[in-house]
Amino acid sequence: MSDHVPLLEMKKVAKDFFGNQVLKDINLKLEAGEVLGLVGENGAGKSTLMKILFGMTEINETGGYDGEVLFNGKVLHFTSPFDALAEGIGMVHQEFSLIPGFTATENILLNREPQKKSVVSEVFGERLNTLDRKSMKQKADGAIDKMGMHIDGNMVIADMPVGHKQFTEIARELSKEQLKLLILDEPTAVLTEQEAEVLLQSIRGMASRGIAVIFITHRLHEIMSVCDKVVVMRDGVLVHDVAAKDTSIPEVTRWMVGRSVNIDAQTHRKPPETPTIMSIRKLWVDMPGETVRNVSLDIREGEILGIGGLAGQGKLGIPNGIMGLYNAGGQVTFDGKEIPLNAPRRCLDSQLAFVSEDRRGVGLLLDESLEWNIAFPAMQIHNKFLKNYLGGLIKWRDEKAIGEVTRKYIEELQIKCTSSKQKAKQLSGGNQQKVCLAKAFALNPKFLFVSEPTRGIDVGAKALVLEALKKFNRENGVTVVMISSELEELRQICDRIAIVSGGRIAGILPATSSSEDFGTLMVSKVV
Amino acid sequence: MSDLRNAGTGWQERLVSAYKSFGLPRMIIAGMLVVLLIAAPLVGANFWMQITNVINRFSWNSVLVLAMVPMVHSGCGLNFGLPLGIISGLLGATISLEMGFTGPMSFVMAILIATPFAILFGIGYGWLLNKIKGGEMMIATYVGFSSVSFMCMMWLLLPYRKPDMVWGYAGTGLRTTISLEGYYDQILAKFLQIRIGSLVIPTGSLLFFAFLAFLMWAFLHTKTGTAMTAVGSNPVFAKAAGINVDKMRMLSVVLSTWLAAIGILVYQQGFGFIQLYMAPFNMALPAVSAILIGGASVNKASIANVIIGTILFQGIVTMTPTVMNNAIHMDISEVLRMVVSNGMILYALTRKTEAKS
Repeated sequence: MSDHVPLLEMKKVAKDFFGNQVLKDINLKLEAGEVLGLVGENGAGKSTLMKILFGMTEINETGGYDGEVLFNGKVLHFTSPFDALAEGIGMVHQEFSLIPGFTATENILLNREPQKKSVVSEVFGERLNTLDRKSMKQKADGAIDKMGMHIDGNMVIADMPVGHKQFTEIARELSKEQLKLLILDEPTAVLTEQEAEVLLQSIRGMASRGIAVIFITHRLHEIMSVCDKVVVMRDGVLVHDVAAKDTSIPEVTRWMVGRSVNIDAQTHRKPPETPTIMSIRKLWVDMPGETVRNVSLDIREGEILGIGGLAGQGKLGIPNGIMGLYNAGGQVTFDGKEIPLNAPRRCLDSQLAFVSEDRRGVGLLLDESLEWNIAFPAMQIHNKFLKNYLGGLIKWRDEKAIGEVTRKYIEELQIKCTSSKQKAKQLSGGNQQKVCLAKAFALNPKFLFVSEPTRGIDVGAKALVLEALKKFNRENGVTVVMISSELEELRQICDRIAIVSGGRIAGILPATSSSEDFGTLMVSKVV
Repeated sequence: MSDLRNAGTGWQERLVSAYKSFGLPRMIIAGMLVVLLIAAPLVGANFWMQITNVINRFSWNSVLVLAMVPMVHSGCGLNFGLPLGIISGLLGATISLEMGFTGPMSFVMAILIATPFAILFGIGYGWLLNKIKGGEMMIATYVGFSSVSFMCMMWLLLPYRKPDMVWGYAGTGLRTTISLEGYYDQILAKFLQIRIGSLVIPTGSLLFFAFLAFLMWAFLHTKTGTAMTAVGSNPVFAKAAGINVDKMRMLSVVLSTWLAAIGILVYQQGFGFIQLYMAPFNMALPAVSAILIGGASVNKASIANVIIGTILFQGIVTMTPTVMNNAIHMDISEVLRMVVSNGMILYALTRKTEAKS
């Protein structure tokens, strides 16, 4: 057995994006016919790892990766997914890559169609070959049979239910004869329970035919029922690699979310027993990818409430819906008054503020100066930083006051910039985030939503941002609701943490509760 | 000695930074203009006459170029629908004449009458542009074209009766060109006009432009102007800050349409004629090119861009044919003008993408 070569072997794989380390020291082995379940919180590095394996161009464009990936004992040097396909690695992405106007058969065999020669193509070359429809159908049906789920090969993709689209994608990969390893990135996310069960069956089928499968999902029970081994990732590190039969769902959850650090009780104050300042009833929000289905939540005055949960479960939809950026319904009462939904201006007038998770898209005027970015909302909403002429008829921008307030926040939040006139797009992610906070602080809100404030920023900036939020809450008595996918950072500064799962509040726990409890809530209602 | 050297490097640095802020394309065009100016006397054209021509052209066109600014700021892109505003101006002009006003009064009345048309058309046009966010410039082009065609019919059908405006033989339907003699021909240009030999400066026209440019500059410094710029810079940001994005865009379109209406009146007083029918058709592209050459991008434009761009564009378009005609003694001025101006437009549109990235 000493000369046995595993199908896939990763040795000390590491990857950083412009100095931001996202993967460290990943070692992994996978045998033919084995099913590997890959789990981890969002941002744990699962996708990046798969992108490396599949040779996605963005890896090369950002400077490649360190370490070695061996496939059949051979070191891989993929420059594009085509190389990966040629080696026999297939991948089904979270987003569909199908042509809506083509039938399933055509999609399955796209660009690999069996062809017939004709007189024309003999003369003008093989680009004018005609398609061999009959053997196409045979091949596609073969692939569909292999999968074990019946879909109609003649059906146009656009007419298919979402589950069938997913199966078409899988059939496409299976129709490749050289397929040795199939990566499935959250394939069950769009499937009904029954369909998911069929998919799991077909994964078992593939494995028995000697195809290795890497299966990424948030539904842990699927992992347990189909995988031979479970690999848990956290913060870019592979934390556990065990046989599925030797572990359990609670254990995996704990590995996924929990750092083995104990929360220091001293940093936590007793959650304030103050009256409710905002009460949310039966909120729904139509935010693509973050649908909120039915959220009822009471937020106490002066507290820091964390909202956590896995990606796509709807936690981001809550602030975006209340602040009127996405279509929403339900009832929100703030400070005794009802807040109309779908009207951003009314929320801002009631002294609510929102720091969006989409820094570059919503949070900043990238082409304008820091002064504009920080002062703009306060100027427009509270008529600050304006000089009035002709009895208020002319509201002139007060450049001096704008400069002053900007420099004040630059100093307070330690924003690294050349001057207050620098353009926002020239700052690093962390500093841009600080600008977004400054913008919200300048509004002097009574209530602040902060969405993913630490996404994509380095550790130092992270600590500063969290500290600034805490200080803002403590010194000004502002109620803060912080939404984050990183449970640890929620536990650092929040008083209570609500976990969203399946577009609903799965439960609210004090920040001092154990990681395991949070983890159980996160996956409790996953849809 | 060392002082001198320091002064030298300071001077060089300033030159480099000036060059960088001015931009290579404008350097090239400005260079070309200088070459033309030097060449003019050499081929026998009167130098001061050339300068006069360029200044005149600038005074006619600058307001039309200024009309580009508000829509660029609000993110509606370049106003290819300029003919719509021009038509409001034409309505103002013809109605003012029809009502019997003469002299300076006819100009004032033309502006007053054009204003409600410009506001009305601007609102309709703005409403349309709010429906098709992202495709503004394409739709704007067609709005311009179709409004011109529609008005071609209306100029014939509207009940104008004034003898010096309608076709002589039929007694109805407006002529293609209407002389402004006795009305507001040169009304601004003659105000405080300066004559030094063959150099003539239309001070009034320049002051009028300066006044409108100042108003625009001031507007962009107000709360509303700031909001407009923010809408253009990032509409989602503006929405999150409680701005009514559609309203801001609408306001910018109305402003732009109104400025176009004023712009054509200023053009007419300089040119001396009202041009109807297909004339507004080709007014948008020179204005677009001028502001692009002036260094504006699809969502950033300043008053300086307007001034520099109009001088450069009009300078080249005016000088090239004259200099060439004098050099080769053949009258190809119209052909050359077409080649040059369309070439400039093509060039300006390539600059558009450059500014975007």
